[in-house]
Amino acid sequence: MTELIVGTKKGLFVLEGEPGDGFEIQTRTFEGQPVDYALHDTRSGRFLATVTSPFYGPKIFYTDDPAGEWEQAEGVALPEGGEQALERIWVIRAGEADGVIYAGGDPGVLFESHDGGASWEINAGLWEQPSRPEWQPGGGGLCLHSIATWPGDPDRVAVAISAAGMWLTEDGGRTWRRGNEGIRPRYLPEEALQNENAGRCVHHVERAPRQPERLFMQFHGGVYRSDDAGESWTAIGDGLPSDFGFPLMVDPADPDSAFVIPLVADMDRVTPEGRVRVYETRDAGANWSARGDGLPAEHAYLTVLRQAFDRRGEGDGLELYFGATSGDLFGSGDAGATWSTVATRLPPVFSVSAS
Amino acid sequence: MTVSAGSSSSGAQEQRLTVVCLHGPLRKLAGNRAQHELEGATVVDLVRALEARYPEIAGWILDERGRIRRHINIFVAGERAGEHVTVGKGDRVEVLPAITGGSR
Repeated sequence: MTELIVGTKKGLFVLEGEPGDGFEIQTRTFEGQPVDYALHDTRSGRFLATVTSPFYGPKIFYTDDPAGEWEQAEGVALPEGGEQALERIWVIRAGEADGVIYAGGDPGVLFESHDGGASWEINAGLWEQPSRPEWQPGGGGLCLHSIATWPGDPDRVAVAISAAGMWLTEDGGRTWRRGNEGIRPRYLPEEALQNENAGRCVHHVERAPRQPERLFMQFHGGVYRSDDAGESWTAIGDGLPSDFGFPLMVDPADPDSAFVIPLVADMDRVTPEGRVRVYETRDAGANWSARGDGLPAEHAYLTVLRQAFDRRGEGDGLELYFGATSGDLFGSGDAGATWSTVATRLPPVFSVSAS
Repeated sequence: MTVSAGSSSSGAQEQRLTVVCLHGPLRKLAGNRAQHELEGATVVDLVRALEARYPEIAGWILDERGRIRRHINIFVAGERAGEHVTVGKGDRVEVLPAITGGSR
């Protein structure tokens, strides 16, 4: 049984089912509220959700039963007395150490929990970066949206901030350094490329678990691969109908694999040619193949957001799921070879997490 | 009501109890009660007094900067008020979500 935790503009949905056999909605909660991200941490059994009430601000909630009561987590706030307020929590990721969970948000902030998500503290090393006043927000704000842990090594983490680029730590988050070599933003003039504070609008980053030095990146115009743990990047977007998009996923069994869902361009954020297709590489970006069997193929202008794509399993058993702002949710039980509709007419989908 | 020049004047002015009325989910966070008698000379003093009594409500009305959240309205004696508005004797304070917050 696969469980999908779906964050939407109007609440959190929990669906259960089998790929190809249909899914059913088991729970809807946080009715009417924007749920930016939610997941089921299978290590602890705990569900976590980030909710950004337009009235009361961003909060993280947790529970062992998504249909029951949710508790508000403590410590999800910026230091008091400053000039900024927390705008949104974009993502939650399980860490490598027991009980450790990370959360990333706007304005370019990383939180850590050491008790499974009940209480949080800000990562001071990133918060106190001297260059922070020069960081530029992307269209969605100064959002820390990608957190790539290193299997077996809790000290090594990479995070991505739109548009402050990649940041790497090898000492558990005490110190951070940039990792943007080789990224060529087409929206910057040539002379601005030397300015490390000029916007590097990373959209999504995933690490290949079996080869942790390898990361894949969807950029704001460009798809990249790193083979040196995020120090430098090589463009691999040739062969895609567009190298603009937001979500990206990998097959944990295959370090040469990556899946992206291209959109036309930054000024036209819909699926190209009115067709919904996932593009797959199995040779680290040298070639890309369309995977659209079972997906809408005519007059389908969907927008898939950066957290709305997830996987379960690996290899031949890899399941892939993604949702769109149209409220449609799609799934594949055979690594993207064939797809089926999981749900329709949900509120706009912000995030999908499979477990 | 008047606007105080300082950020807080709780220690400088005569203390009095003011009725603060909460609406929406704020009530649940404040002991499932709508009305609270609190001591404070300004709006921010009253919210801080509420937070001291009910720590769970911290962050729901004021953000980390000490500002009223953008889509929260606070009315003092029927007039929309900022953080540093002084609360007069007999003024009633209402805290409620603004109609502007539902666009997302």
